[in-house]
Amino acid sequence: MCVTQALEVSSYLEFTPDGTAIDAAFVTGSLNEADQNAVEEALALTDGDGEVVLVSAGGDEAEEALRAGLTMGAHRALRVPLSPAELADSRTVAAALSQAVADEQPDLVLTGVQASDTGGQSTGPALAAAADLPWATVVRSLGSDGRTLTARREFEGGVSELVQVDLPALATVQVGANQPRYGTFKDKMRAKKAEIAVLTPVDLPTPRVVLTRMSPNQAGGRTVQMVQGGPAEVAARILSIVREVQ
Amino acid sequence: MTRSLVVAEIVDGAVSPLTAEAVSAAASLGGDVVLAVVDPDAGALAAQAALAGVTEVVTVTAPGTDRDHEQMLHAVEALVADVAPQVVVAGFTIRSTAWAAALAERLDLAFVPDVVSLTAAGAEITAERSIYDGRVRAEYAFPTGRPVVALVRAASWPPAEPAAASATRALDVDLPPSRVRAGELTRPSGDVDLTGSDVIFAVGRGVGSEENIAAFADIARRLGAGLGASRPIIDAGWLPAVHQVGQTGVTVKPKVYVALGISGALHHLAGMQNSKTIIAVNTNEDAPIFGYADVGAVADIHEVAEQLQALL
Ligand SMILES: Cc1cc2nc3c(=O)[nH]c(=O)nc-3n(C[C@H](O)[C@H](O)[C@H](O)COP(=O)(O)OP(=O)(O)OC[C@H]3O[C@@H](n4cnc5c(N)ncnc54)[C@H](O)[C@@H]3O)c2cc1C
Repeated sequence: MCVTQALEVSSYLEFTPDGTAIDAAFVTGSLNEADQNAVEEALALTDGDGEVVLVSAGGDEAEEALRAGLTMGAHRALRVPLSPAELADSRTVAAALSQAVADEQPDLVLTGVQASDTGGQSTGPALAAAADLPWATVVRSLGSDGRTLTARREFEGGVSELVQVDLPALATVQVGANQPRYGTFKDKMRAKKAEIAVLTPVDLPTPRVVLTRMSPNQAGGRTVQMVQGGPAEVAARILSIVREVQ
Repeated sequence: MTRSLVVAEIVDGAVSPLTAEAVSAAASLGGDVVLAVVDPDAGALAAQAALAGVTEVVTVTAPGTDRDHEQMLHAVEALVADVAPQVVVAGFTIRSTAWAAALAERLDLAFVPDVVSLTAAGAEITAERSIYDGRVRAEYAFPTGRPVVALVRAASWPPAEPAAASATRALDVDLPPSRVRAGELTRPSGDVDLTGSDVIFAVGRGVGSEENIAAFADIARRLGAGLGASRPIIDAGWLPAVHQVGQTGVTVKPKVYVALGISGALHHLAGMQNSKTIIAVNTNEDAPIFGYADVGAVADIHEVAEQLQALL
């Protein structure tokens, strides 16, 4: 199980002096949404009969993600320390995580489909290649008979396909694939104290990708005209626009 | 001069529209653009690959479906060896993301997904992405000089125009069998067809609960409008999948799209950003959806719904 912390940024933000990251004061982190679905899927699949081991690459933020996953009910957690520069390259991340896969020899490796903050959808396929496992992406409804993984994978336009791969294998779990469980306060306390093993990465490739600059962005191509007034004015405006085209 | 390899995306036996945008992104780098078509019927599809800016079309005949990412991975590996590109470009789609990062891993290439800008200055490639819900633009460099695999976001480049056919050749690739066994394929079906609606009222997670949907369904019905929804509404089982707008749902282009309690995630925008007029109602004045709307209101959708019902 690979997890990560996803960051949310505030609407006003400042960057670090070197311009390659957002100042920590303007971000809050939480366990990435798709990773919550992946942890839930792993817990449901093992259902008391098996072990769910979490791994995350990174620094303190990775440790927080791991504790959130432990709170949900995962059994153990490992962290592979990586610097922010190393985390920018999916190859370096995959190389680090594949060491944990080599050590643990799991039957199934799950990742979230994407980190919601940067949305790259690359860790899963890169790790599958690094660990030489067959894989499927954007899956939901996972089932396993101990030898084969069966899952439904999604495509654009509402198309989905049932696929099977032999275990060991890797799958990236789609956002909303299930209802992630919450841990109790007791679980949270236990997770807070849990020992998180640190795996020292060896032979990491030099990052091939470097983030050189961040700047504020004006997303979207349209200029929005805001309706002033209360709900009555908003409703009237919507109706007049709708009636104009009917 | 940058030599690019563009990997065409094939969906249901046709070259996808995003392929023409990927060609345009590659052509903007100002060098040769080799367009690769991998399909059981690659030779026949080459005609659809006649696009302005393409210098050569290379076809690979592969037996599997257009969803077989292992087959794509091996085919593109062979294409990279054959074409020796500095940049490999494909669309940022579910099909491409399934193989592209694995390709970069196996061939020791640089990888950058969801790119909105790509430039070349001599041998130096620069890419830009829009991250954190579009609030931050990030620039990337590729210092090791390894070839770059870039997946381009839809609607970031104008599509390359159809053109006279370019030189086409076939590349023979010995493809290992795929480890992914495909079973039943399900396509959306149902009595609701949002693509025919001139007006769509769409609800998102801001609707709060299943019971609250009735008011919006009522408003849509009374106005003869379609009822759309963001994905969490379908995941929660509050509406059937035919109502889902977005990348993994339907793509709509109504005259008016009213987004109610929808934040404006990229995957949702993919299905509605070409609507003529977009109205967004959201309690959060910083919601990304406002950057894509023509008319916006910071308001509670339930209060707005009450007022709409009173007016109808
Ligand atoms: C591969 C992939 C494919 C995907 N495909 C799709 C797809 O096809 N379609 C899709 O929609 N999503 C898709 N998603 C999910 C997408 O990333 C987002 O998670 C989703 O669109 C968010 O839906 P939302 O805006 O309703 O919810 P949220 O992002 O939670 O936003 C809810 C919004 O409601 C506002 N709000 C809350 N209460 C109120 C109120 N009372 N009044 C007004 N506003 C309120 C909030 O401020 C917030 O902006 C996909 C994801 C992945 C990874």
